[in-house]
Amino acid sequence: MKYFALILSNLFRKKIRTVLTIGSFAVALFLFGLLAVVRGAFNQGIAAAGVDRLMVMNKVSIIQPLPVSYNERLLRIPGVKAVSHANWFGGVYQDERNFFPQYAIDDDAYRAVYPEYLVPDDQWQGYLNDREGAVVGEDLARRFHWKVGDRIPIKGTIFQGVWEFNIRGIYHGKQVQDDTTQFWLHYKYLEERANAYWKGLVGWYWVRVDNPDDSVRVSKEIDQTFSNSPWETKTDTEKAFATGFAKQAGNIQLLILSIGAIVFFTLLLVTGNTMAIAVRERVRDLAVLKAVGFSDVFVLVLVLAESVLIAALGGVLGLGLAKLLTLGGDPTHGMLPLFYLSPQTAMVGFAVALAVGVVAGLLPALSAMNLNVVDALRRV
Amino acid sequence: MVRVDGRGNGSSLVRVRGLDKKYQRGSEEIHVLQGLNLDVDKGDFVAFMGPSGSGKTTLLNLLGGIDLPTAGTITVAGDEITHLSGSKLTAWRARHVGFIFQMYNLIPVLTAFQNVELPLLLTHLSKADRRSHVELALEVVGLKDRMHHYPRQLSGGQEQRVGIARAIVADPTFLLCDEPTGDLDRKSADEIMDLIVRLVREHKKTVLLVSHDPVAAERAHVVLHLNKGVLVEGQKTGGIVGARS
Repeated sequence: MKYFALILSNLFRKKIRTVLTIGSFAVALFLFGLLAVVRGAFNQGIAAAGVDRLMVMNKVSIIQPLPVSYNERLLRIPGVKAVSHANWFGGVYQDERNFFPQYAIDDDAYRAVYPEYLVPDDQWQGYLNDREGAVVGEDLARRFHWKVGDRIPIKGTIFQGVWEFNIRGIYHGKQVQDDTTQFWLHYKYLEERANAYWKGLVGWYWVRVDNPDDSVRVSKEIDQTFSNSPWETKTDTEKAFATGFAKQAGNIQLLILSIGAIVFFTLLLVTGNTMAIAVRERVRDLAVLKAVGFSDVFVLVLVLAESVLIAALGGVLGLGLAKLLTLGGDPTHGMLPLFYLSPQTAMVGFAVALAVGVVAGLLPALSAMNLNVVDALRRV
Repeated sequence: MVRVDGRGNGSSLVRVRGLDKKYQRGSEEIHVLQGLNLDVDKGDFVAFMGPSGSGKTTLLNLLGGIDLPTAGTITVAGDEITHLSGSKLTAWRARHVGFIFQMYNLIPVLTAFQNVELPLLLTHLSKADRRSHVELALEVVGLKDRMHHYPRQLSGGQEQRVGIARAIVADPTFLLCDEPTGDLDRKSADEIMDLIVRLVREHKKTVLLVSHDPVAAERAHVVLHLNKGVLVEGQKTGGIVGARS
């Protein structure tokens, strides 16, 4: 601690240069934070995917339905713990830009497959008792300022007509990565009002298995059960499905990693150059420190500490700004519902910033450490 | 007693024997110091004079442990420093040597107080103790009222006083002054020399000083001349050759 004044004084020897270098770190970490948020948002389904859940869809495509009669047959397959089905409703609330996912669910079975979505019992009961009832995620309710008791009109696109729903409950996620932007309605209500084609059809099934290690076997058995039928299935783990879904947007991960790597490499060069200049400018001072009795290692640590302090200040600033900017949540209004900077991501960013600080300061610090006192004092 | 004949007794504070220093400049080998002997007792004030390139500063650097000899030994207060490793030599410097430089070499971003405090950061003194030591050192050099000034806010003479305070604050075994008045006008130079003499007389400091300035050198007990790499006894100062006045 007694050396802190020395580090700080040296750091602000050239205030503008230090501020600009801290600014470079801040911009880089701000960018890192945003890229990480976007990457996280694209991978939201992967993060939230349950290890014990399988998705069963029509082998042709997810937009092709499956018979509701598969429900009972799926339950009979060994290793299956619970089965639920859902239909994509795809309605529009007020404006097409107000996108959010709407699922027609089979109520209690859906909750058995998704225990991480929590609905207060009285609200759930109110939903069950209302044919036009709906349950919405807390983020969605916040977005449209909805509350329990509101009546919401939604214009059908797949299922024609204007549908009105009464919000009977608001669900919450157990963990931050749980998607709380969904809108649930009764499957029975959908089947009742939809045209004849949709009678007895569902969009896909969710299957919960007893043992996640059994997922592969159960998946194969499901697909074998329905092979050579008019409605063949394709079963995958929820994680694999979510990964495939994310990949439809392109290799976002590679893109983001490439941008991040370029930014940090540039930052490394900028900071390394700054530190090299800073050391060159005060060769005499460092020589005096050594003459007075400060060790070579102390001088090394002193220069490294300055570099790391710059990185830390820039890192906190940049990540803080990224956090502030993402506090408002999803800027796309529904496409990327999990748009937030997690503490883990912020810590990774901070660690990367510190690592860049160390690497950038290393060469100048080594040259300072190896400085010859006599030669340095002779320089004017 | 200061001797240059290598026959000093073992009680000398500084004992130099057969000191050699060679430099390589391109293909040319420069023999700066050639088998130099020196004995300095505690409380002595020795001035080294000689033409440029005679090896005065090299000798001072060797005595201060910031340069290594090609051959020979230097013993200070019983410690032979010529064979110490780099880190031990650094620690030795912190304990035993106070440097006063021609160009003051204060750290510009630190106040006078912080510059003087530097050597004490290497000790186990508490913050309060460090403060009292620094204030005392600045009082000795007459700059206690300027302790929160930065070097740029001080005159050359004042900067050198801060340099002297930094050199004495940790109470080193001896002070090495490399042209301490070389960058000052006559008046400031005299004031600095008055201060150094006072440190010797009142605070019993041992001082080895290199100077081109005969007026400054005259203030020492003994003036030694470096000529072609060897020390030659100079004129007596106030009495016996080679002895304290």
